[in-house]
Amino acid sequence: MASIREQFEIPGKMKTWSMALIGVGLVALVLGAVTKGFSSDEHEQAHFWGTLMYNTIFWTLICNASMFFICVTTLAMGGWQQSFKRIPEAISTMVPIFGSITFLVLIYVVVSDKHHIYHWLDTEAVAKDPILSGKAGFLNAKFFIIWTTLAIGLWSLLGWRMRQISREADEAPMDQQTGASYIWRSTVRAALFTVWFALTVGSTIPWLWMMSIDAHWYSTMYSWYTFASSFVSGMSLIALWVIYLKNKGYLELTNQEHLQDIGKFMFAFSIFWTYLWFSQYMLIWYANIPEETVYFKHRVQGPYKGIFFLNLIINFICPLLILMKRSSKRNYTLVTFMAVLIIFGHWIDFYQMVMGSLSKEHVTLGWLDFGILSLFVGLMILFVGRALASKPLISKYHPFLKESIIHQV
Amino acid sequence: MAKKKFVVGCFDDEAVLFPAVKKVRTSGYKIHDVYTPFAVHGLDHALGLRETSLHTAGFIYGITGTATALGSISWILAKDWPLNFGGKPHFALPAWIPITFELTVLFSAVGMVLTFCYLCQLAPFVKKHHFHARATDDLFVMVIECTEKTNADDLKAFLASNGAIETDIQVAEEGWWLGRYDKDEHPFQNKQTVVA
Repeated sequence: MASIREQFEIPGKMKTWSMALIGVGLVALVLGAVTKGFSSDEHEQAHFWGTLMYNTIFWTLICNASMFFICVTTLAMGGWQQSFKRIPEAISTMVPIFGSITFLVLIYVVVSDKHHIYHWLDTEAVAKDPILSGKAGFLNAKFFIIWTTLAIGLWSLLGWRMRQISREADEAPMDQQTGASYIWRSTVRAALFTVWFALTVGSTIPWLWMMSIDAHWYSTMYSWYTFASSFVSGMSLIALWVIYLKNKGYLELTNQEHLQDIGKFMFAFSIFWTYLWFSQYMLIWYANIPEETVYFKHRVQGPYKGIFFLNLIINFICPLLILMKRSSKRNYTLVTFMAVLIIFGHWIDFYQMVMGSLSKEHVTLGWLDFGILSLFVGLMILFVGRALASKPLISKYHPFLKESIIHQV
Repeated sequence: MAKKKFVVGCFDDEAVLFPAVKKVRTSGYKIHDVYTPFAVHGLDHALGLRETSLHTAGFIYGITGTATALGSISWILAKDWPLNFGGKPHFALPAWIPITFELTVLFSAVGMVLTFCYLCQLAPFVKKHHFHARATDDLFVMVIECTEKTNADDLKAFLASNGAIETDIQVAEEGWWLGRYDKDEHPFQNKQTVVA
């Protein structure tokens, strides 16, 4: 494999772009903090902190989805992802970085007692409210802080351990026995991450971070819905980086066969997202109980109507019709377009999940949202590029590498 | 029942089969089909077969199912015989989505199975010629169609020089015909007849 370019070098253009995006983002962040974040108006404050919240949560979760992808393919004894595995690994190095930012934002919101964002922080109201006092064992500041710390800390730690074991396969060829024990150890580490992922992203974390904004309301679909959103955008992000590196002449062993399988994940999980979107909506629509319909009232019939249904078109109709064909999943241009569209669609989805509850009377989408988005995109490009450049792009001696080279669908 | 003349070459190794397929095609012969005991990756590409249109048919069946479900339910429940179910509007779209989904899946699944059977000519009493009984066991059987210009003996020698362990010439029905299995001889008991 002498012809393989193992080492990624960060192009100057990428640095310039990421710095420009971060610059724009920082300007927006400072402007937002001055005009809204620390103003005396509660709505302005909610606008600023809400925008920070959904952006940090969205980006942390979609980067974490990359590590989930590695772990589930490892558990399934998958071999096809080996040729581009360093890309989801590099994306998952963002979890500690975005995780810390999320941690700071959420802890600030909780500690500074912003009960117009998290209504359950208002201890006087909770004491008088039978529903909220019933939930108080789960929805309280202490539990929130401990569970958030544990979640972000363990995602980072268990993810780091997965990346460490992946590096072992770069050093020396393995015979059958070392190979088998290597696969077994990877399986154990992947299983640990997956279990913790299920306990956090698959259930408790979306309840705590986002669903509790509507403190009285609950939906059993909510966490899975959030997971589906973040996983399908995570796969799209992996697809974008794979295509970018292919264009730059790296990843010689990755080809259309691998791209088609990534495309299949994007297609399948768009359908899965819609299944949860619809299940959540239909059950509440059918039962028609005021306690439950309160969540959908201003989203379906109020100011968020446009965004709510645009969301369905971008995240369901477009992937369904465009990614269905085999030839479109093998087309680099079309997959790039769909990946950008899906990430944008789910970003808008997170927007309406958080801001739809914080600003019920009018849609706040504007310069602040896109400014903060550009901050996160810039950070992502900068740090993922650095993570890619710090390791070889292929783990040469992984026992399953050959399966990836001869992969055919 | 149009009978045709075929030259049959048997290979026992994939690694020999692929270069042979390539040579036979570049030499201008028309490969009728290659019968293999298992699905061989890349063989369809090597044979230059076009992609199946089964999935396009499946999409059309699915759309038909969607249209049937939405059309019939909306006509029945909103126009022909409107009933009040729990105060919901007559045109209660969210409630119909599960049925619409089911009918889409049902139509596309059943339609695709039937289309698949039709494309493969699989049906009760439909029979096809077996070129070699061991094609279902351990041999890759390449069947080449002869035209009036083809010298069958040259072709046999050509296949043998490309690694075929067994070659013969058969005159056989190229399509399918109706027959009954119990009245036919079993292919394993029947020694392949060689027609010169």
